[in-house]
Amino acid sequence: MNSEAPLRDSLQTTHLGTRQPRVEDEALLRGLGRYADDIAIPPGTLYAAIVRSPHAHARLKTIDVEPALALPGVRGVLTGEDVQRWAAPFPVGVRQPMAHWCLAVDKVRHVGEPVAVVIAEDRYLAEDALDAVKVDYELLEPVIDPEIATGTESPVLHEAVGGNVVNDRHFVYGEPRGAFEDAAHRLSLKVRYPRSACTPIECYVVLGQYDPAEGGYDVMANFQGPYAIHSVMARALGVPANRLRLRTPPDSGGSFGIKQGVFPYVVMMGLAARKVGAPVKWVEDRLEHLQGASSATNRVTTIEAAFDDEGRVSALRFDQLDDCGAYLRAPEPATTYRMHGNLTGAYDIRHLEVRNRIVMTNKTPTGLNRGFGGPQVYFALERLMQRIAVELEIDPLTVIRRNLVPTGAFPYRCAAGALLDSGDYPGAIDMGVEEGGLATLLERRDAARAAGRLYGIGYTVAVEPSVSNMGYITMALTPEERRKGGPKNGAVSTATISVDPLGGVSVHVSSTPQGQGHRTVAAQVVADVLGVALERIRVDVELDTGKDAWSIASGNYSSRFAGAVAGAVHRAALKVRGRLAAIAAHQWQVAADDVQFADGRLFTLDDRHSAAFHRIAGATHWSPGTLPEGEPGGLRETAFWTPDELTAPDDDERINSSLCYGFIFDYCGVEIDVLTGRVEIDRYVTLHDAGRMLNPQLVDGQVRGAFAQAVGAALYEEFSYGEDGSFVSGTLADYLIPTAMEVPDPTILHMESPSPFTPLGAKGVGEGNNMSTPVCIANAVADALGERIDPAAIELPLTPAKVRGLIGIEEPARPEGVGEADVETASGGGSKLTASDSVEIPASPQAVYDSILDPEVLQVMIPGCHSLELTGDNAYHADVTVGVGMIRARFDARVELTDLDPPHALRLSGAGKSGMGDASGEAKIRLSELGNGHTRLDYDYEFAIGGKIASVGGRMLSSASKLLIGQIFSRLSQQVSGGRIRHSLWQRLTARFHRGGDQ
Amino acid sequence: MHLRHDERHRATLTLNGQSRSAEAEPRMQLCDFLRHQLGATGTHVGCEHGVCGACTVLVDGRAVRSCLMLAVQADGQRVDTVESLDEGETMSELQLAFRRHHALQCGFCTAGILMSCDEFLRRVPAPTERQVRDMLSGHLCRCTGYTGIVQAVLDVAGTRQAALEEST
Repeated sequence: MNSEAPLRDSLQTTHLGTRQPRVEDEALLRGLGRYADDIAIPPGTLYAAIVRSPHAHARLKTIDVEPALALPGVRGVLTGEDVQRWAAPFPVGVRQPMAHWCLAVDKVRHVGEPVAVVIAEDRYLAEDALDAVKVDYELLEPVIDPEIATGTESPVLHEAVGGNVVNDRHFVYGEPRGAFEDAAHRLSLKVRYPRSACTPIECYVVLGQYDPAEGGYDVMANFQGPYAIHSVMARALGVPANRLRLRTPPDSGGSFGIKQGVFPYVVMMGLAARKVGAPVKWVEDRLEHLQGASSATNRVTTIEAAFDDEGRVSALRFDQLDDCGAYLRAPEPATTYRMHGNLTGAYDIRHLEVRNRIVMTNKTPTGLNRGFGGPQVYFALERLMQRIAVELEIDPLTVIRRNLVPTGAFPYRCAAGALLDSGDYPGAIDMGVEEGGLATLLERRDAARAAGRLYGIGYTVAVEPSVSNMGYITMALTPEERRKGGPKNGAVSTATISVDPLGGVSVHVSSTPQGQGHRTVAAQVVADVLGVALERIRVDVELDTGKDAWSIASGNYSSRFAGAVAGAVHRAALKVRGRLAAIAAHQWQVAADDVQFADGRLFTLDDRHSAAFHRIAGATHWSPGTLPEGEPGGLRETAFWTPDELTAPDDDERINSSLCYGFIFDYCGVEIDVLTGRVEIDRYVTLHDAGRMLNPQLVDGQVRGAFAQAVGAALYEEFSYGEDGSFVSGTLADYLIPTAMEVPDPTILHMESPSPFTPLGAKGVGEGNNMSTPVCIANAVADALGERIDPAAIELPLTPAKVRGLIGIEEPARPEGVGEADVETASGGGSKLTASDSVEIPASPQAVYDSILDPEVLQVMIPGCHSLELTGDNAYHADVTVGVGMIRARFDARVELTDLDPPHALRLSGAGKSGMGDASGEAKIRLSELGNGHTRLDYDYEFAIGGKIASVGGRMLSSASKLLIGQIFSRLSQQVSGGRIRHSLWQRLTARFHRGGDQ
Repeated sequence: MHLRHDERHRATLTLNGQSRSAEAEPRMQLCDFLRHQLGATGTHVGCEHGVCGACTVLVDGRAVRSCLMLAVQADGQRVDTVESLDEGETMSELQLAFRRHHALQCGFCTAGILMSCDEFLRRVPAPTERQVRDMLSGHLCRCTGYTGIVQAVLDVAGTRQAALEEST
């Protein structure tokens, strides 16, 4: 399937497209790398350690630094007072009165928030003194759950805002309302995406210096960009941007987005240096990193689809609640909008409605993390596509195929504005099915299931955006606010190439690589254009904002290197080539177009002229007098490039949020160990179309790395918080990163549909599996567990404990001959819960009422109902299996309908007994007619359990009863309306839980 | 060595074949001593609590985490770090195999992994893939997904075994 499309300038490519080994490797393999902590430091450098909040939410009363200052080697302590005197809060991406300072000033809002900086003569002494800084806190109630944080009863983090929701935006594309009304089916799913991070092995390092004469800061940090944040840092420091010289080291120990989050420490260490009048170095340790550095944004999504009998989706609704932690730190809320233009994924869906809310909770602020926004979106979308297939009893891959953007539709404008640049999605699926061996995988599933094992297959398709539009972040503002602020858009990349007097070629890029091999690919590009050997080229990737060419889009994020930066390198190389060709043409009296470049020489094809590359290039230095008119001498060219397609958001709120969109098709087979709940990935197939591959070995490396991180996110990793906001994943023994034992080898397949919008036809490829793999594994686990579980209960990470809980323990049927259970309702010592909710059913109250009284409907309504026998007037005996937590108990139950008031109200009650304990519940139902002829069904319910089953605890009971009651009424709604459900069971449920006995 | 917590002590060790000596407080970790006192920055520090394996060095031929050992404990011992692996001007076959198999990206965890692999291949000259993965499970790599590393180790083992068979 490799495309025939040539490079757009039809240059020879002897290096590009090959599996060129990396020029970076030898130094790194020999221990000669120069990472941030290896860089020479100025004489007299001091070391910092940071006092951090042990509390999730507290008012800062006093900080006493005197005991610390009295300790040996301590030279100073920086506090919020200094910061308020010398600096300003960081600018925030939404219009809200909330201040984020680099050190806490009034309150602390998450565990690990920096409160003071101890500066001492070495790192050990600085850490010794941390305990001697006495901080007096007044504890405040924290809020950890994002949904609770949206409520009016919740503690508020930023009082001036008045609540925790700091941004609320609503978008409509096409006619979603009509599409939902006209649809034969609707399905909604609520999912939660947890917190995790790609955690580089190197932590943050900062060396701050302050020059009081110039009033400027000079900071070396392992920052990764985007350099738009340089403006954020300069404004916080209160200096013009040219008085904040930010430098990055030659090598980085990984980032994956996370080192964007070092920026508050750049400001902090600049101020620390100012405080003590000496350079200050800080090396973050792992415990600090895990609790306080950065995180992906956790999200609660309710997604709903309108679709026909064939599974074709006409409309989607997203309700996304993003938890950005304690502060909205730049560039947030970018997580929410990075995917905005392509929220419809790889599908041709024209109608879309989106609500996005950003909420603050007492957790570490979020930031860039590989995949950025993608895993959250695809987890909701691809789980929903799987559910549609299950509902319609159609093969999931068939549902996917029926909805794909068709072949030949490119460039394709998505409903929300993304311009999908190139691809052949159906063709890619065919290729993936064929070459990845789906047929074999299906056989393996059949065989495993026949043997009684739990085996499932999951599928995912995704578009992988790359080269972010710097304007997408302004989607958090209203069109009016955007007009006021002026349009933001584009993505300027830069590259500089110079040729020295001896003909050596130096290349500089401002992409701040974090291990991907940018130096190798940049050298490949230049070697092809200038026809010189790779060894003759040296690529410098350090960035010095005081000297180098850079712009706000510089840096290492949104997989922008291959699409944008390599293209800028190509353009700079063409500029150099053009000048050299003109010089040679002038000397040889030929046309510039006739000058060829190869093998370190310039020549004409007729063999009449030939000269070494360094001769012609050297002329610009040694003999500028011989140069043609207009040739200025010297040889250094900088190219800036920004794509035309990255326009600002329009007034209809459409945004082409990225320049390129690769395609991914993944599927996998997993087997679940019934005893332990461990998910074993049997086979994983991942197909990528990332346009032209500049170096296939590096593409494979990116895919494998992203895949391994995604396995971690899917199965092991989570930043967990206690209800009091304590951080409980504080070491690498708690936060489980997969090792070589847990990461299988995926089968990697490639297609190449070159991008028409990038200079080299390449697209980004670094983040795809972070987006596609977590949900693909989740879909496989859902397939393995089947209909025994609530679809919304599939939450990441799918740890053995969680999966074992989902499998549950089935209680067998009562053996023959054992007497009928004595049915008594649960009493003292058990757990009891009351709650209320409502559901809208598209039928009249009379129809709804009649359905409830119909025994056939009633049996279908009760989840897990094996049989229902009439025992009296509206009274039944039922055999029901109910799951609470891990326990799946089989109840002999009485079900009754009483207090009949047709068609307005009735009471549904049930009580049962099982070997695992007792349960009883009742719901008071009220029916009222809505203006559109539909019925609003309100219900107040009570649910109580006793015996062994009650040992599962309140949260289990709460979620189990929510699920059970919710299922009863959604099943009723389906029965009455033929599958048309409009319920908000999950959103509006406000459960109050009581332990039995204390009410 | 008689140690006092508030005094520095001279620690002398054989680092990559050369006798080296510097002062260290009793609490100084070996990794900090190697990097900041002796200038051997090839060894990296990733977690300082013994999980990630980035700081692995050989002490008297055995792989240890240098963040879990004190500098004074290494006094009088032989310590080998990643800087010892190359063979003069060229890289060792293990290092070359890592490059060939794209077994590193950022390279930060690589030094520790190379030291473990180096020791492992001397102990287990003909490992299975499972044994290699088990050995590597003491290391965290965030970039590569481990495949290239596993392939590089198996490649070196295979080459050495073939050479051995040829010579016998």
